Amino acid sequence: MPRWGMVIDLDKCTGCRACMIACKQENNIAPSTQDQADRGRLISWMNVLTVVEGDYPNTRVRFLPMLCQQCDKPPCVRVCPVGATYKSTQQGIVGQIYPRCIGCRYCASACPYQVKYFNWFPPQWPDELKPPRNPDVAIRPKGVIEKCTFCVQRLQKARDQAAIEKRQVRSEGEYVPACVESCPAKAMYFGDLEDQTTEIAKITRSARAFRVMEELGTEPNVIYLKEGEWIAG
Amino acid sequence: MQAEPREQDSLLFDPVLKTGKLYYAVLFLLICTVLWGVYAYVTQFEQGLGVTGLNRPVYWGFYITNFVFFVGISHAGTLISAILRLCQAEWRRPITRLAETITVMVLFFGAGNILLDLGRPDRVLYVFRYSHFTSPLMWDVISITTYLFTSTTYLYVAMIPDIALLRDRTGGWRRPIYTALALGWTGSERQHRTLQVAIAILAVVVIPIAVSVHTVVSWVFAMTIQPMWHSSIFGPYFVAGAIYSGIAALLLTMALLRKVYHLEDYLKEIHFDYLGELLLVMTLLWLYFTFAEYITTYYGHDPVEMAVFWEKITGRYAAFFWTMVATDFVIPFAILCNRKTRTIPGIVVASISVCIGMWLERFTIVVPTLINPRLPWARGLYFPSWVEMSLFAAFLAGFILLYTIFVKLFPIISIWEMREGREQAVAEVVDRIKSYLPEETPG
Repeated sequence: MPRWGMVIDLDKCTGCRACMIACKQENNIAPSTQDQADRGRLISWMNVLTVVEGDYPNTRVRFLPMLCQQCDKPPCVRVCPVGATYKSTQQGIVGQIYPRCIGCRYCASACPYQVKYFNWFPPQWPDELKPPRNPDVAIRPKGVIEKCTFCVQRLQKARDQAAIEKRQVRSEGEYVPACVESCPAKAMYFGDLEDQTTEIAKITRSARAFRVMEELGTEPNVIYLKEGEWIAG
Repeated sequence: MQAEPREQDSLLFDPVLKTGKLYYAVLFLLICTVLWGVYAYVTQFEQGLGVTGLNRPVYWGFYITNFVFFVGISHAGTLISAILRLCQAEWRRPITRLAETITVMVLFFGAGNILLDLGRPDRVLYVFRYSHFTSPLMWDVISITTYLFTSTTYLYVAMIPDIALLRDRTGGWRRPIYTALALGWTGSERQHRTLQVAIAILAVVVIPIAVSVHTVVSWVFAMTIQPMWHSSIFGPYFVAGAIYSGIAALLLTMALLRKVYHLEDYLKEIHFDYLGELLLVMTLLWLYFTFAEYITTYYGHDPVEMAVFWEKITGRYAAFFWTMVATDFVIPFAILCNRKTRTIPGIVVASISVCIGMWLERFTIVVPTLINPRLPWARGLYFPSWVEMSLFAAFLAGFILLYTIFVKLFPIISIWEMREGREQAVAEVVDRIKSYLPEETPG
């Protein structure tokens, strides 16, 4: 059984935010307005955070691409009253069932990573961006929670292809989320963490590897790489 | 003084049988407020929850605060009534009915706030279709539903003899309703015995249910790992707070009914004094719990928790926090600990203060934590929109509206229990006290 995971090398990340744009295109995320974004209603499954380390004049800016950590023990899944967010036994991805979500936002309040996004209004695209629709991804209505799915639609395609060819989805390279694919600095890696032979499995054994808020026991499947101490988070 | 008890209690039928102009004026005002709330809700339903002040990371605000607050108010009624009955506190007689009515009426609005908060209220029944019992919200659903059902039954059962009295006194459209609800009550010995057993069983059953309600409400917060929510003290802290605000609401209701329906002979100074003392005990208990909660956080000094802590003590929520301390402790304590100020007007001031304070407590539990999540970069601010404020006003008005309608349909003071008190309990109490003492040896 594969356990899909992502590695993000923070020492390579330039903060260009190509991953954010690629994610929005791939997953039919409507652009927000300035007013709504200022009020904290922006939806961005992939969100590159800017972290300033140290005090002036010895400061250093770091970038932390934050997305759903696809925890093995997700705090959001436990609290959902209707099972609209769940840990898929198939791929190790935390799923979200939009037609079942009642919009109570309990999962969003319980998630320590702040990666669950709520549809405060119905999604709207400006005329020049229409039609932006990826036919493989559902449009979310107002009033439900959404979040990063590791581009599960791409996994589905890869599985279909693999089924035709009567084999398993390859551990690396065949199924890749849009953000990883778009990264110009090649700071992102993706693959099956269970398969010890892959490059990603090798990287996760690096001394630079860490997981955000590991002490909470959520067991994320997103692993970050960074030289030296990780201070914040 | 009228000699006949029957004559005397006729005052208790007055609210049901006579209705003045003032009543309709109040009714009109309440209905207008409720309709304004309906307009606000339609706006939210049509456009989405974006019309509120909520955002990321402040996913919960006024609605959840009000949910906790209203459910808290409900704790005074049935719980206090059941405890007083079981303790055979004779002074309970004029209070039980009006207290139980608060519980039943306010619970609708407590649960209603969850409905307001849902992004997809059309899917609310999914909680039964796809129930996931790992979620504390499901525990709330179960507990509050049970509580509403039990306390409604409890209120109704203890009302049957009075409904029978009304059945025999009214005509017109009311009569068939009372006849049906009276379940053929004739007041026979056997019926009385059955009634007493039913009330006793319900009183015992309702206490653990009531305690469970605000415990699981607190667990919605405590079961997450968010700073200053994840606290093992939350269950008892919320239950104590709920009883505290509930008693305050009960005292306000009593003072209002006493004034409006001239019930000075029934709701006496002594009743206010006793409940005022209970309120004083809860004031101290509240201080104890609050102090324990905050001192533990401070000494633990977890930076994530401390961010929330300072937000409340000196930060953007300091005004709310310190007003809460003033209204939940300083004001009620100053008034209630002094016999000279523990008068009815004094108790009314203290009760209003406690209600405001307990609302603020709920608010300062919900919002500052959400504003300071663990991730140090996602920070937010929250200010409620007109929709949220209107719906709060409408829900308060709706609660009062249901209560005023109830007063017009049923006697708000239990007539049969007053009579029972006069005719039987006086002798019983004398016997009971005698039984506590050593047997008197003749000669």
